[in-house]
Amino acid sequence: MKKFLITAVTCVSVSALVLVACNKDPQGRTDFAKQLDPADVDANAGSWKPVLLSAPDEFALAAPLATTSPDYILQVSEVKSLQADITPAERAIVDYWSAGAILRWNEILRDLVSRHNLPPYQNEDGSYPFPSANNPLAYPLFPFANPPYAARAYAYVTAAQYDALVSAWHYKGVYNRMPAYKTDSLVKVLVPKSTLPSYPSEDAVVIGATVEMLKLLFPGDQEYIMAKAAEHKLSRLIAGANIRSELDAGEALGKAVASKFLARARGDRAGAAAGNQAAWTKLETDCMARGETPWYSLEFPKRPPMLPVYGKVKAFLFDSLTAISLRPGPPPSVHSEEMKKETEEVAAFVKNPSREDIRITHYWADGVGTYTPPGHWNAIAAEDFIGKNFSEVRWARNLALINMALMDAGIVCWDTKYFYFNPRPAQMDPSIKTLTGVPNFPAYISGHSTFSGAAATVLAHIVPERASAYQAMAQEASRSRMVSGIHFRSDCEVGITVGNNIGNYAVQRAMIDGAE
Amino acid sequence: MRTLNKKMMMALLACSIGFHALAQTDIDAIMMEKNAFCVGPMYTHSSWKDYWEGTLKRENLNLGRVTTEMYGIMGNYGVTRKLNALFSVPYVRTKSSAGTLHGMDGIQDLSLFLKYRALQHKMGDGKLSVFAIGGLSVPLTDYPADYLPLSIGMRSKTASARVMVDYQQGNLFATASGTYTFRDDIEIDRTSYYTTEMHYTNRVKMYDMTNINVRAGFRNHRLIAEAIFNQSNSLGGFDITRNNMPFPSNEMNATSVGVNIKYVIPALPQLSVVVGGMQVVQGRNVGMATSVYGSFFYVLDFSRKTKSVEPSNNSN
Repeated sequence: MKKFLITAVTCVSVSALVLVACNKDPQGRTDFAKQLDPADVDANAGSWKPVLLSAPDEFALAAPLATTSPDYILQVSEVKSLQADITPAERAIVDYWSAGAILRWNEILRDLVSRHNLPPYQNEDGSYPFPSANNPLAYPLFPFANPPYAARAYAYVTAAQYDALVSAWHYKGVYNRMPAYKTDSLVKVLVPKSTLPSYPSEDAVVIGATVEMLKLLFPGDQEYIMAKAAEHKLSRLIAGANIRSELDAGEALGKAVASKFLARARGDRAGAAAGNQAAWTKLETDCMARGETPWYSLEFPKRPPMLPVYGKVKAFLFDSLTAISLRPGPPPSVHSEEMKKETEEVAAFVKNPSREDIRITHYWADGVGTYTPPGHWNAIAAEDFIGKNFSEVRWARNLALINMALMDAGIVCWDTKYFYFNPRPAQMDPSIKTLTGVPNFPAYISGHSTFSGAAATVLAHIVPERASAYQAMAQEASRSRMVSGIHFRSDCEVGITVGNNIGNYAVQRAMIDGAE
Repeated sequence: MRTLNKKMMMALLACSIGFHALAQTDIDAIMMEKNAFCVGPMYTHSSWKDYWEGTLKRENLNLGRVTTEMYGIMGNYGVTRKLNALFSVPYVRTKSSAGTLHGMDGIQDLSLFLKYRALQHKMGDGKLSVFAIGGLSVPLTDYPADYLPLSIGMRSKTASARVMVDYQQGNLFATASGTYTFRDDIEIDRTSYYTTEMHYTNRVKMYDMTNINVRAGFRNHRLIAEAIFNQSNSLGGFDITRNNMPFPSNEMNATSVGVNIKYVIPALPQLSVVVGGMQVVQGRNVGMATSVYGSFFYVLDFSRKTKSVEPSNNSN
């Protein structure tokens, strides 16, 4: 028995060592991103061209408290008392948020999209329920953050953040209020010192604008969002970077700017994008009238097409006539020799898929339960921007440009998909098995390709030294949809071209917005 | 000898589950004689239609019936009468009967076990044996794990420690074992994923697992017929969210029952046949799998003394 015990003890201890060695929580790439210390604070950003604001001072901001006022002195004391005994948890909050307000809220937005990117389960009778914004916590949860919904969410949030920061930069210049630590040496500073005035707080401006937008976009997640906002504000006080009235003023300004975006969002026709049975049937009959085979859902039970009227949503970078003009010519007829060849090509790809084809499929799939392809491009952009040391306002501007292009790419892509309503490869040839789930909407043109073409074009303008890398990523994303059996070659190739064209609208804007 | 190893079963947990309790030499009380080597092919067919999304039992019309087939080679070498070394290598193939998803196939993980009989005692009219078993497994190819329920395995490198007690009286026996399996993080093809929060990494934490296995029945030198109960649990992980796909770090638990029969061919005592089946009866984030399996084993004797060694020489 003794011998047995020794054996058992040895086994357990060896195993325990292995446990210690290999069971740590994997660290995220941006978990410990360095504190943002911009190379250039972009002091003139108050004069950059906003997206919706008529002028940077469209919303008024009262003057800051006099530094001699009792309130001001009290607020500086509040910071000092918060700094009296900083716990490791508080220090961690400061480090987390000081990597950048735009970066962290972009990550939170991607988190919300991932959480909500789940197609509803069918009803007993084989129909499907639709999420309701008025009852977001009932199943199916609102929203279903599919790629078009997500693209629109990223665009509105980042564009609102950008306008709010332009306005904030304007008022920083107007009031030129320096942070408390400049006059009171007892205030510690746990973040890089900035040459920028601290009123209003740029962090709080971002909080105000973002929280307000997220109320509309993710109404069921207010508790989570408000907790993040409270933590972010606290981090600025603990860091000694702001006093409370700077935060309050910033938050109020951010909210005011967001109100313009909320009004636009409520009237941009996205609410009607799901269509109805009559509209779905018409897509089918119109397609048959053209002598083509209409798309049908490959799901069981057949699911209504995803957001068939999303193509009518109001774009950011161009008007509705331009949107229609960006729609490409038709795909090869389903009866054509060319379509037959393209179907055979896809069938050949999936017959014996290579590991590399499986890898790129899964790398770019961004399907159910993920932040979607637009979110993937946000992640790519954000991780590159960390190394660029952009100011908050330039972070916001660059992400807004990318996301407006992504949203508009979604609009033109969805317009094209439902204009032609053509089948997926696995509908043309049911023997085609796919390396990832088949999206529930028509094939032509590929969403991944259009999104990627647009994002890569804008990113190439922002980070020119990576231009060829971004275009190569877009090509790989596009190709992944073909080798996985989801798309025909023409869906992908035309998609990239259309995406590039849309990206160029953002580049045109970038060249005249005052930031370059 | 029967080796359907633990790791293989773990790997199949999500796609087919219920392999845990298949007949396997690393989880039974049979020892090979010194210098004897037993080897053979194994085939397993496992499938399910219903599965548990968290605790909710459901079907998925876009998967239909998910089938996993496994072709394995297993071996057991008697280093000494008290110490056996075991290995197995499976080739796995998956498919679904509905929907468009492509099946996967490939060589999965190499598993190695050292099985040590620490104690053997007469107790009452019977005999009590205590075993300590250590196992390791490592993926042999870079198959994708993040393609559940159709991936061929979980890719996690594992180390397991098991304590097993066996009691035999006459032709009746009972074996009980408890296993703790350490699992290493895995890498997936994506750069981020969502569990109950966002992760910006391609590394996935795989929670350790425990397993309890109880088997009892008839055992002599010619025939083993046993009933099996198996309980396998993840020590962490999250539930599949509503109508989402499964993920390698889901909490995967399964309760299975089954039978296992081994018969040594009288005319050719080096050769034995094993057949059996298992059914998952309760689970979490796993399929309600029904599995059947069969294998042949042939004993090669490398010792100088005897020409033939019966494989189940521990019995009586």
